[in-house]
Amino acid sequence: MRITQGTFSFLPDLTDQEITSQLEYALGRGWALSVEFTDDPHPRNNYWDMWGLPMFGLADAAGVLHEINECRQAYPDWYIRVCAYDSRQGRQTVALSFLVNRPAAEPGFRLGRQEATDRRLRYTIHPYALDRPAGTRYGPP
Amino acid sequence: MTRPGFALPKPAESRPGPGQDPAAPEPLADDATVDLTAERCGAGVDQILDALDSDLVGLRPVKTRVREIAALLLVDRVRGRFGLSAGPPSLHMCFTGNPGTGKTTVALRMAELLHRLGYLRRGHVVSVTRDDLVGQYVGHTAPKTRDAINRAMGGVLFIDEAYYLYRAENERDYGQEAIEILLQYMENHRADLVVIMAGYAERMETFFASNPGMSSRIAHHLDFPDYSLDELAAIGELMLREQRYRLSAAAEATFRDYLARRMTQPRFANGRSVRNALERARLRHANRLIAADGTLGKDDLMRLEPADFLASRVFSA
Repeated sequence: MRITQGTFSFLPDLTDQEITSQLEYALGRGWALSVEFTDDPHPRNNYWDMWGLPMFGLADAAGVLHEINECRQAYPDWYIRVCAYDSRQGRQTVALSFLVNRPAAEPGFRLGRQEATDRRLRYTIHPYALDRPAGTRYGPP
Repeated sequence: MTRPGFALPKPAESRPGPGQDPAAPEPLADDATVDLTAERCGAGVDQILDALDSDLVGLRPVKTRVREIAALLLVDRVRGRFGLSAGPPSLHMCFTGNPGTGKTTVALRMAELLHRLGYLRRGHVVSVTRDDLVGQYVGHTAPKTRDAINRAMGGVLFIDEAYYLYRAENERDYGQEAIEILLQYMENHRADLVVIMAGYAERMETFFASNPGMSSRIAHHLDFPDYSLDELAAIGELMLREQRYRLSAAAEATFRDYLARRMTQPRFANGRSVRNALERARLRHANRLIAADGTLGKDDLMRLEPADFLASRVFSA
């Protein structure tokens, strides 16, 4: 199941050319870009690992693309996203975040039912990938 | 499973550099012709080269080399229109010369020129020294260097006093790590980044002797010669005109005399010494006007007199 997260999630995967255009848009607005990666794609997982520090004061997208490619090299089968942080007072939040890498095979999610009091049901979703230990969740077993 | 989007670039293909844009128009036919003059005017190269000629005094070898580089890039661009792409040329440079010979100024101009010629996408200059590249503890250097390089992407990374990066007396110095990262970027990101190193000639020589890889990756070694007396006087003239001052006829001779004496003294720093001399002359000029305490015209406020220079220590030595 193809995971959709962040901006442009319902579009086909962006090519490097398209990623560059988006990065240039973000830089043009003065947003700081950072690269993050994870192998736990649960939608409520906010804590992705940081690939280096956020990059402040950049003028050109080539530097960010370089970091993305370095990260892809190190984690070819993980999820990688780019976050653009808007540091203006009054906003101070992530303004744009989109995926730039995903595993070749994505097993998807299992629906979990928990029986609570009075026969009530609580529903959760659980990524199948999480059944394997961290670091070996994607790619060949 | 084929993935049209996310993928690592193939080893051979990096970001499309100038002249290899996938959206570029069809290459011209073999028998087509291109008007080189129109191409030159279109790029606005001539204005920059002319400005370089008129704003900077002397520096003949440097100006010649800059013109050569401009010609190469222009011809490369025209070649690209015929589909004859030779890959981006290596434009990393090293400026050597004594203090105050205009290395930084030329670096700034170079960035603008390369931008106009379409070699650099942004044309900004990020000026760094050892402090900005080398960290203080293990593991601190690489992120620091990479951060500086990323900020310079699309423009020029200007490393002032580059020889400080390498400290021969301490083999565990982190400078070596910064140099290695720098080399890697210089090789792989030629289309994105131009590295310009600057420093004094002898010390750069030692630096390159201990880092042969660095020397061979820098295609252009430019030597900035010292200025002659006439050139220094012309530089002073230029600086004064910018600051809306002028020399009286008598002061002109005194100023030349001052420069001739100053050149023979220690710690002479070419253009920078001229600037300092003029700063002090302005100071004395203001004091002289205050002391005279009368009515002043516009000309009095602009004119520097011999007395403003003669009070200098240079004449008492």
